[in-house]
Amino acid sequence: MKRELPLAITAAIGVFMILSFFVPHQAVSVPADFLQASAIIVVAFGYVLGGANVLRVNFDGIYKRQPDWPYKILLLAGLIVTFAIGAIDGVEQHGGFLDQGTRSKWIYDNLYSPMSATMFSLLAFFIASAAFRAFRIRTVEAGLLALAALLVMLGRVPVGDLATHWLPAPARLGAIQDWIMNVPQNAAKRAILIGAALGVMATGLRVILGIERSYLSGEE
Amino acid sequence: MPGLEVLEKLDRRWLFLIMGLLVLEPLMFPLALPLTVTRPVQGFVDAIDKVPDGSTVLMSCDYDPSGIPEMVPMTRTAFRHLLGKNCKVVITVLWPGGPGLVDSVLSEVAREFPDKKYGVDWVNLGYKSGNEAVMVVMGQGIANAFPRDYRGLDSRSLPVMREVRDYASFPLLVNISSGYPGTKEWVQQVQARFHLPMVAGVTAVSAPEYYPYLQSGQIRGLLGGMAGAAEYEKARGEKGSATRGMDAQSLGHLFVAFCILLGNLIRRRPAEARS
Repeated sequence: MKRELPLAITAAIGVFMILSFFVPHQAVSVPADFLQASAIIVVAFGYVLGGANVLRVNFDGIYKRQPDWPYKILLLAGLIVTFAIGAIDGVEQHGGFLDQGTRSKWIYDNLYSPMSATMFSLLAFFIASAAFRAFRIRTVEAGLLALAALLVMLGRVPVGDLATHWLPAPARLGAIQDWIMNVPQNAAKRAILIGAALGVMATGLRVILGIERSYLSGEE
Repeated sequence: MPGLEVLEKLDRRWLFLIMGLLVLEPLMFPLALPLTVTRPVQGFVDAIDKVPDGSTVLMSCDYDPSGIPEMVPMTRTAFRHLLGKNCKVVITVLWPGGPGLVDSVLSEVAREFPDKKYGVDWVNLGYKSGNEAVMVVMGQGIANAFPRDYRGLDSRSLPVMREVRDYASFPLLVNISSGYPGTKEWVQQVQARFHLPMVAGVTAVSAPEYYPYLQSGQIRGLLGGMAGAAEYEKARGEKGSATRGMDAQSLGHLFVAFCILLGNLIRRRPAEARS
């Protein structure tokens, strides 16, 4: 029963939700709408679970003096302080904890926002280093990949067109990158998308039919 | 060749330094490289131009501060474009780290239009967790999914929301997104199901993923990364941060291409020469 009941609920709800897509009658659409609205609440609980998990994993790491444990202290301090300040601001501002002038807004603008942007900006430096050290052209396929990468990379920026402006329009880098993106890239991407969609449908069917049970307790 | 041996053992911090200088220099002294407006960007501009003046448009800004250089210029220009057409704009955010940033950007642009009032001409409904589930629930009613706006006001009481019921209230969805949940989910859950025409602005790295949707007509126009944002600025006759950033990006791309070629040149030498 411990296993059969969740499987039966999953199958019933799965079939019902598929049905709601094709049957607009309110006997189906109203409960389906309710279930969809409930999903938002379930997802919101995920944040609570996620927060609790961060606390558990990092407290455990600090207790066991795992490598880099001092960073875990910093992480937890950041989490707790931000949460506490947000809660205080929320009470003081009647919910508007990110209003102009609040401490939470200051943390968001001056800590979270620049740090987040900085992490992403570092990619430019690491891509340059990886391009120099790791992008090895050892096979014909790797050569084609490198050629396509170079053409698209240069064709996407104004300098590519500027360097080839003396060529006929279809031979300019901008036009070549446009063709690569619209024809071979698009065909490959479409194949991947269709393959992934078929995979999702198959997995969905396996879950509804009770063949796929790993979501219950980790078993196959 | 001794030069190549030096390069083979080159400390990568030199590469970081060169990249840093190449990005910094054009930001301080712009090169003003010429931009061409490509078809996906023109499609984006045309789709917004075709929206009847004064109608209400849905705009979803699904990003956080990591996407500032690419997403913020798109948001600014699109929001300015819509307000300039006297459209009313309803904004949502599906990324938890995004609402503060998006609100700052929108407020900054709205200040350029002193006659446009918050709650009357535009509203920021803020963030709601739930990803695709939120998109589907918005199909039952926008205010069902967002009963309060970002500033805590009852969204049903706002004048801008009086004519808004569900997706049928909008002639166009403008999605500016840097990942999940974003353009792909809006196409799958909303465009395909509710037949809401849409345009999208996405990061350069994810742009290839959306070309099939662009070709099928599910997306009417696409801004890909900073280049797309800069082309949009050019099409609108603006000179914003994306246009300024394109010079830096051009030199950055050139340097990465140079690194690929040089790295392979060095390592293609015979083993004896390298040892």
